[in-house]
Amino acid sequence: MGGETPRGGGLSRRRFFGTTAAASAGVVLTTAPAPAARAADDDGAVDVAITVNGTAEKLHVDPRVTLLDALRERLGLTGTKKGCDRGQCGACTVHVDGRRVLSCLTLAATADGRKVTTIEGLADGDDLHPVQRAFVECDGFQCGFCTSGQIMSAAALLKEGHAWTDEEIREAMSGNICRCGAYPGIVEAIKTARRAD
Amino acid sequence: MHAFGFAAARTLPEALRLAAPDSAFLAGGTTLVDLMKLDVLTPDRVVDINRLPLRGIRSTRDGLRIGALERMSDVARHPAVHPVIAEALAQSASPQLRTMASIGGNLLQRTRCGYFRDVHTPCNRRQPGSGCPARTGDNRTHAVLGTSDACVATHPSDLAVALVALDASVRLVSHAGERLVRLAAFYRLPGDTPQVENDLRPGELITEVVVPRRPWARHSTYVKVRDRSSYEFALASAAVALDMRGGVIHEARVAAGGVGTVPWRLPAVEAALRGRPPTRASFEEAAASAADGARPLTENAFKVTLLKRTIVRALMSLEGGS
Ligand SMILES: Cc1cc2nc3c(=O)[nH]c(=O)nc-3n(C[C@H](O)[C@H](O)[C@H](O)COP(=O)(O)OP(=O)(O)OC[C@H]3O[C@@H](n4cnc5c(N)ncnc54)[C@H](O)[C@@H]3O)c2cc1C
Repeated sequence: MGGETPRGGGLSRRRFFGTTAAASAGVVLTTAPAPAARAADDDGAVDVAITVNGTAEKLHVDPRVTLLDALRERLGLTGTKKGCDRGQCGACTVHVDGRRVLSCLTLAATADGRKVTTIEGLADGDDLHPVQRAFVECDGFQCGFCTSGQIMSAAALLKEGHAWTDEEIREAMSGNICRCGAYPGIVEAIKTARRAD
Repeated sequence: MHAFGFAAARTLPEALRLAAPDSAFLAGGTTLVDLMKLDVLTPDRVVDINRLPLRGIRSTRDGLRIGALERMSDVARHPAVHPVIAEALAQSASPQLRTMASIGGNLLQRTRCGYFRDVHTPCNRRQPGSGCPARTGDNRTHAVLGTSDACVATHPSDLAVALVALDASVRLVSHAGERLVRLAAFYRLPGDTPQVENDLRPGELITEVVVPRRPWARHSTYVKVRDRSSYEFALASAAVALDMRGGVIHEARVAAGGVGTVPWRLPAVEAALRGRPPTRASFEEAAASAADGARPLTENAFKVTLLKRTIVRALMSLEGGS
């Protein structure tokens, strides 16, 4: 799933269009090592070293850039979706150091030194993660826009080790809105993935 | 978003040194980044405090001490934490937001009033003297207690309601030194200066929350009533704790959320509960005074009744009163 867009070097189509988004205007890739002091350069940008889906990445970003925009516009990892961009829908859910967070409310600058996992990094090659497989099996989606966020949230939920009844699963998944209303399938998928685990 | 300088502090002195008149500390960022995107907050500098050692949840002789950077989800799960606190947290925001958001940031979150969040409308809290459209506009979710002509915005934190009920304090540190302030005294009523929300001084950090030791306060609960059953702010909420002795209420703590401009402690309700048996009749009688002094707006008069019923429900669920 990963690696569909080149990470370094040339200007990809995605990156070209990405630069039209105001929030990502300041993102530039750099090969320079991160300085010891965690403060902004003269240009106001900050160096961020993050591990994304197991790959070490170095970014030189305007501090306004969210982790969501850095992933999508800079690293070409567009599996993480921008829904509301206000922390209200959960479409942008990723794992930071193994915990589920909203990448739209995370400044990329604060992810320095952290490990990020996105939907692209969940599968083991072509071998889908049990939650991914269960979403396919149980019809845990319709249009698919919220799905990567749902799956990232569900994968974290299984690791958190709580929410056993349908009602508890719904509560533990309440941070992920599905406008198609695929909720029954999503609950089934989570129970199926848990059994498969 | 307005441009800002970014720095990550590693130590407390470094954080205090990096703070400037127009700077903002960044913890989970779930309030700050949101409001910066909306241009409601426009700091010149953002100081990331996440690497500071303001962690730990400990039961000590002074009581329960929670580091300001502990995350809502971790606090909610911790066995030393009172049920009323854990339940208030578990019913706040969403799992992802609770993983991100800190205890200190939670207590400093800003109102969800739509006019405050929209820079294209007047708001006395955001822009002093510009006016308050909420008084006659969309005010269904707004406050009925502690309001002023200048501002009717509700304080949104569930945690703060639980902590005010339990007489908690916040430890504050600045260049001027350290002080411990009772949370109930920390928050300010809007009055003529709604832009002043609390007692925090510029550049001052919350380092921890301290909940006084009081074993009976573990007999406590939080009830939150809202438009949907999860991931929503309170229309009314109640934090209650009871000290039961010989089948009679010896001591009570009651505070309300979703109805006040600050977390609303209800001493009159507490006094009316003392010495009474835990029955629905005593609960209803005590809750009758909960909305005294309320000033309902065009769309939120229902909160007067809802508040009383929410308190009764919380007390009933704690005591199973008959
Ligand atoms: C969609 C949504 C739904 C929500 N629902 C609820 C809900 O139901 N109930 C509820 O209670 N809350 C709710 N919240 C609010 C959420 O709980 C707060 O945004 C969060 O607790 C803030 O914590 P934070 O660490 O992210 O703070 P930040 O955003 O990092 O900081 C908030 C403010 O506090 C300051 N600050 C942070 N830490 C310190 C410190 N240690 N010392 C001094 N200043 C500090 C910052 O400068 C900033 O001004 C919701 C939020 C969203 C986005």
